[in-house]
Amino acid sequence: MTSLDLMGKILQFATGIVAFIAVFGLILFFLDRSSRGRKDFIQLALFLGPAMLLLAVGLIYPAIRTSFMAFTDRTGAFNGMDNFIWMFTQPQALITLWNTVLWVLLVPTISTVVGLVYAVLIDKSRGEKYYKMLVFMPMAISFVGASIIWRFMYAYRSPSREQYGLVNQIIVWFGGEPQQILQDSPWNTFALIVVMIWIQTGFAMVVLSAAIKGVPAEQHEAAELDGASPIQRFFNVTVPGIKSSIVVVVTTITIATLKVFDIVRTMTGGNFDTSVVANEMYTQAFRAGEPGRGAALALILFLMVTPIVVYNIRVLRKQREIR
Amino acid sequence: MTQVAVPTPPVERGRVEAKAGRVKKRMTSRVASVIALVIAVLWTIPTFGLFLSSFREPDLIESTGWWTVFQNPGFSLQNYQEVLLSGSSSAPQLGEYFINSLFIAIPATLFPLALAAMAAYAFAWIKFKGSSTLFVLVFALQIVPLQLALIPLLQMTVAFLHPAMRSISDVIPMIPDQQYLPVWIAHTIFALPLATFLLHNFISEIPRDVIEAARVDGAGHGQIFLKVVLPLAMPALASVAIFQFLWVWNDLLVALVFSSGTPDTAPLTQRLAELAGSRGQSWARLTAGAFVSLVVPLIVFFSLQRYFVRGLLAGSAKG
Repeated sequence: MTSLDLMGKILQFATGIVAFIAVFGLILFFLDRSSRGRKDFIQLALFLGPAMLLLAVGLIYPAIRTSFMAFTDRTGAFNGMDNFIWMFTQPQALITLWNTVLWVLLVPTISTVVGLVYAVLIDKSRGEKYYKMLVFMPMAISFVGASIIWRFMYAYRSPSREQYGLVNQIIVWFGGEPQQILQDSPWNTFALIVVMIWIQTGFAMVVLSAAIKGVPAEQHEAAELDGASPIQRFFNVTVPGIKSSIVVVVTTITIATLKVFDIVRTMTGGNFDTSVVANEMYTQAFRAGEPGRGAALALILFLMVTPIVVYNIRVLRKQREIR
Repeated sequence: MTQVAVPTPPVERGRVEAKAGRVKKRMTSRVASVIALVIAVLWTIPTFGLFLSSFREPDLIESTGWWTVFQNPGFSLQNYQEVLLSGSSSAPQLGEYFINSLFIAIPATLFPLALAAMAAYAFAWIKFKGSSTLFVLVFALQIVPLQLALIPLLQMTVAFLHPAMRSISDVIPMIPDQQYLPVWIAHTIFALPLATFLLHNFISEIPRDVIEAARVDGAGHGQIFLKVVLPLAMPALASVAIFQFLWVWNDLLVALVFSSGTPDTAPLTQRLAELAGSRGQSWARLTAGAFVSLVVPLIVFFSLQRYFVRGLLAGSAKG
């Protein structure tokens, strides 16, 4: 990088920040100086205007356009349901849908179960804080970073040479042949799903751990006096006590899983039959020059996500009311 | 036998039971700790392996497993030197992309935060017709996955922002015509619904007395917002800011669509994804490169953990 490039970047950054602060300052300056009569309207416009304008132009209008675009071909001409027919009949597109279903079935359930078990096991133990940190850490890093970490885990070399991917080394230790884990369909999809589970378990664990601490201790003691074993207590006291938190965790992870893009893009690029809806949307719209198909996939994604988000928000609201 | 005949002292019985209970608890807790430990190790090994490898000598990384590090010792900072400092055109040159990530993430955090705080204030403390309807609409926009907006938003960017950026570049030649502006704007738009909602939750719960007192002192909305609400809302602003900063730092999709993909504007994630695609087996570079991108989130994670967890939980459904 030349120092001239760097200067240009710093200049852009500084200009952006200064310009923004100037606009922000001007708005606040004018707020208290507008004339009495129309003051209320002007104040409201200045406070709400910028955000509402951006949302209308940048989110609402594009979302509506995309919905129409879903019924057009690559030249922009109306083509009826063709994009949806393609999506539900072409073998490649069907694999994409099936993979998405697989992701949605596996990631939320396994992440939540492992996260819950872990949260219960480390509850009130010594070093709980550090135990939590270790499992929550993947949540902080990017999906791209996580993907590279796992590509290294899955790295393959021919059987005659020493393996440096841990997973293949373990296979070799147990007497197996090293596998091209990311290329062998259908198992490669499971290899990608593992990455998402690795990331989301920390989220489930932290939320559920907080919920567990909210279950009244008396209930546990009462169950203990009745002679309930720890496992019975887990299923009859802990789980019912944190039911709504479990629902929130499962739905939240489901939403994140439906939208998963970075992992598939970085691990396989959607090749070898690993594509999912969010990745296929990007590929069709921005790589294959099929904006109509991309829009149709985006619309399907929206339709899949919406009911879960609505449900998630309703449970969250109810939870707040109880508190 | 009468009930009085064999009186077990309640205290004694309690102690015996407690003892049995304790033995049992220790048993289960031993099994429990083993399982917990196994999970913790399983979850840590992948990151640890990459981290360790990034400090090994390049030819060792690609010939031996990192778990044989004691049989095959040899550490160096060569990988980091290569990915960060090497000027050769085939090198990853991550220094440049690191700056891009930083220069994208800071404004893309500041802009939506300020706009959302103002909108949240208006919804909470300025009475107007249709206030709650409009708020519900903004809240409902959270369900729109950003995929649904990408294509038309990119078309608008090409139609309106690209000519604008070219003229900026003509006036100030030092600034290239591929700029951060589209990425900033896209991130700002996508952040607004959630940020407005979260900040509204907090700002609307500021006691009415506090706002009224400022009003009685003659302060207008502008002053109240700046001098009363913003300072009081600091914890919420911090949580949302940290969440948004990390979201942008870790983002790949928005960068792929709205940045030029060149060293002028592409962030680290985009560069790493590209390296993983084209040089999927050059682990000397990829291990060190991945860690360069992980350093900032990990610092935020370990230093601001409380805000980080709060922010992450609040925004976990974003995107």
